Amino acid sequence: MIEHLLSMDQLAASDITTILDTAESLFEVTHRPIKKLPTLRGRTVCNLFYEASTRTRISFELAAKRLSADVINFSADGKSAVAKGESFKDTAWTLEAMGVDAIIVRHGASGAPHQLARWVKASVINAGDGCHEHPTQALLDLFSIRRRFKDFEGLEVAIVGDVVNSRVARSNVKGLLAMGASVTLVGPPTLVPKSAAAWGAKIVHDLDEVIADVDICYLLRVQKERQSEQLFPSDREYAACWGLDSKRLHRMKPEALVMHPGPLNRGVEISAEASESERAIILDQVSNGLAVRMSLLYLMLGGRESGGGAEWS
Amino acid sequence: MVVSGHTEAIIDHSAPARLFAGARVIDPASGRDEIADVLVADGVVQALGPGLEAHGAEVIDLEGALLGPGLVDLHTHLREPGREDEEDIASASAAAAAGGYTALCAMPNTDPVADSAAVVEKVWARGHSVGLVEVVPAGALSRGLRGVEMADLGEMARGRARVRLFTDDGHGVQDALFARRAMEYLSGFDCIYAEHCEDASLARGGQMHEGERSMALGLRGISAEAEELMAARDIALARLTGCRLHLLHISTAGTVELVRRAKAEGVAVTAEATPHHFTLTDAALEGYDPNAKVNPPLRTERDRAAVIAGLADGTIDAIATDHAPHAVEEKEVELVLAPPGLVGLETALSLAVTELVEPGHLGWKELFERMAAAPARILGLTEHGRIAVGRPANLVVIDPQASWTVDPRAFLSRSRNTPFAGRRLRGRVLWTVYDGAVTFAAEPHEVPAWVPA
Repeated sequence: MIEHLLSMDQLAASDITTILDTAESLFEVTHRPIKKLPTLRGRTVCNLFYEASTRTRISFELAAKRLSADVINFSADGKSAVAKGESFKDTAWTLEAMGVDAIIVRHGASGAPHQLARWVKASVINAGDGCHEHPTQALLDLFSIRRRFKDFEGLEVAIVGDVVNSRVARSNVKGLLAMGASVTLVGPPTLVPKSAAAWGAKIVHDLDEVIADVDICYLLRVQKERQSEQLFPSDREYAACWGLDSKRLHRMKPEALVMHPGPLNRGVEISAEASESERAIILDQVSNGLAVRMSLLYLMLGGRESGGGAEWS
Repeated sequence: MVVSGHTEAIIDHSAPARLFAGARVIDPASGRDEIADVLVADGVVQALGPGLEAHGAEVIDLEGALLGPGLVDLHTHLREPGREDEEDIASASAAAAAGGYTALCAMPNTDPVADSAAVVEKVWARGHSVGLVEVVPAGALSRGLRGVEMADLGEMARGRARVRLFTDDGHGVQDALFARRAMEYLSGFDCIYAEHCEDASLARGGQMHEGERSMALGLRGISAEAEELMAARDIALARLTGCRLHLLHISTAGTVELVRRAKAEGVAVTAEATPHHFTLTDAALEGYDPNAKVNPPLRTERDRAAVIAGLADGTIDAIATDHAPHAVEEKEVELVLAPPGLVGLETALSLAVTELVEPGHLGWKELFERMAAAPARILGLTEHGRIAVGRPANLVVIDPQASWTVDPRAFLSRSRNTPFAGRRLRGRVLWTVYDGAVTFAAEPHEVPAWVPA
């Protein structure tokens, strides 16, 4: 299928289905008393994280370990080579020289995984790049949705919030549309600009216009630094206009779900009641991430010669 | 040709006379377009016309070639003083000669900034001693390019370097009152106020053109309006002050239209556009190639078409390279960290031939107008941009049919940052003659004037 996973653009619906089906069988494994498979024994996976991350890094680390891969974690913190001025490219070549088979990269710069993939022979998996994409988040979200709804066809999904700066939004829109769902982007025009219409999603500026009709209300994290950029006046106004409060929660269809990629800003994009309601599958998203990332590593590396480029499909 | 040691070239102006024979001679200044011979001796065009006698001169058969005035670049970053690891006046001069140029205008954003007579005169003198191309320094408008205090404009204009064009290129002048005062002051010296049109607040953090592509790639955009607002302001201020205004590297359909209207109205405005803006669009950023990051950014297909239309109808006076060398280690980084800019001296002419002449947007005469005659006029260079008997021989000879593949490793420029690597281009420089001396020759049996160290 693919050597690197940089963007959801690379995955057709059939590829996504393969990943989700494989995740489904691995999901069972993660619930056995002995949770380890020998598939990637002898392979080395590196977590290269230039941005602080807890859930994604741990999820990838655990996924690789459950498949018996050796895992190294490289965080660009104060003690690393990066702090000593090593360039991204030199770090990439250093990892390559150590013979890693896959590099899971999280980077604050959009496109960094694309550049990395041009520099190394190892498989590159994008674990979030700047404001661009976060494909494994989208895959675990699709997996979480499919476990509840079975079919994407006809599903109405609202993605609410800071779309312009969200890598989660970009990957999810692509994945959801590929699988046949309809997507509406909701937020003020400063966060949901007209140019997003090219993605094939509808754009609505009033959450109340759509909240009663959606099957899934997917809330994006409001990043604190955005307020200083004058994208909206205040957290309070944001919560009033685009936050999922109890009033909006109760207007949702009976079977409708609430999703969030975490970490939550309670009281801003989501109220405590909404995040703890039965509709919220936020913790399922986290635990499903493990199976999906195992699936991806299994499919991308399982059939490959170590350090080589053999196709798996 | 005598080539000295070190990196210095000494042009031998007493070189044997040469008869450039049988080329199609195109000179927009005089309107000439005919098969003719050009006799060059003692640095000067001695005779020009069909069927000249050689009288002992070396005859260079140029059947099938084009001979025009040497190209003049309005916009070159030489990086000397300050960043000689990226480029210096000698390497840029060699690159310019290889690209068919006989004169170039050196942008002032060096380190130290060319904001005083001492710095511009040093650049001018160094260009003169290298001797491969006429280096015409531009001066900074403001001290340190900070847009607050005027630089020594009069001293630069009246000094040995005779600076005529002033700009804070790299930044737009943000303060409208400063822009107004600088224009008023410069108008008294008959000098040109040249603007890098960019509203800093609108462009802040921008990596590429703002639009559907920047939105899809998750990169902060620079809107067309960031350029157009300042272009509109400057046109209004030029109207107010009567100062001559030159808009650097214009890139949007809106700016082209603003210039078109201002010219129709009689405002003293000129404009330039770069080969990358008439060749590429923001699609070049799809793979996050830092070599495609440039300021102003590559725009949309609609903007590209408007720039071409502006070059075709004369709204845009000149093609300028915005040659901006950057070290490999500065460009091989995350896109957001990479400085904007690309090298252009050695690809400009062939890009213009490939993108403008071949598709029929510009005739050859218009091409020489935009790349030689008009920029020479703007800079007040009376010895460039035209071919005339009794005047210094500043010429370029082109093989219009030759096609070649861009290989940055072969550049004479010290830097390699180009998005055009591997691109097949039409039209190649065969000879460049500066002040009567051959400064570049493509034929392998010819000794080039200068060999990079």
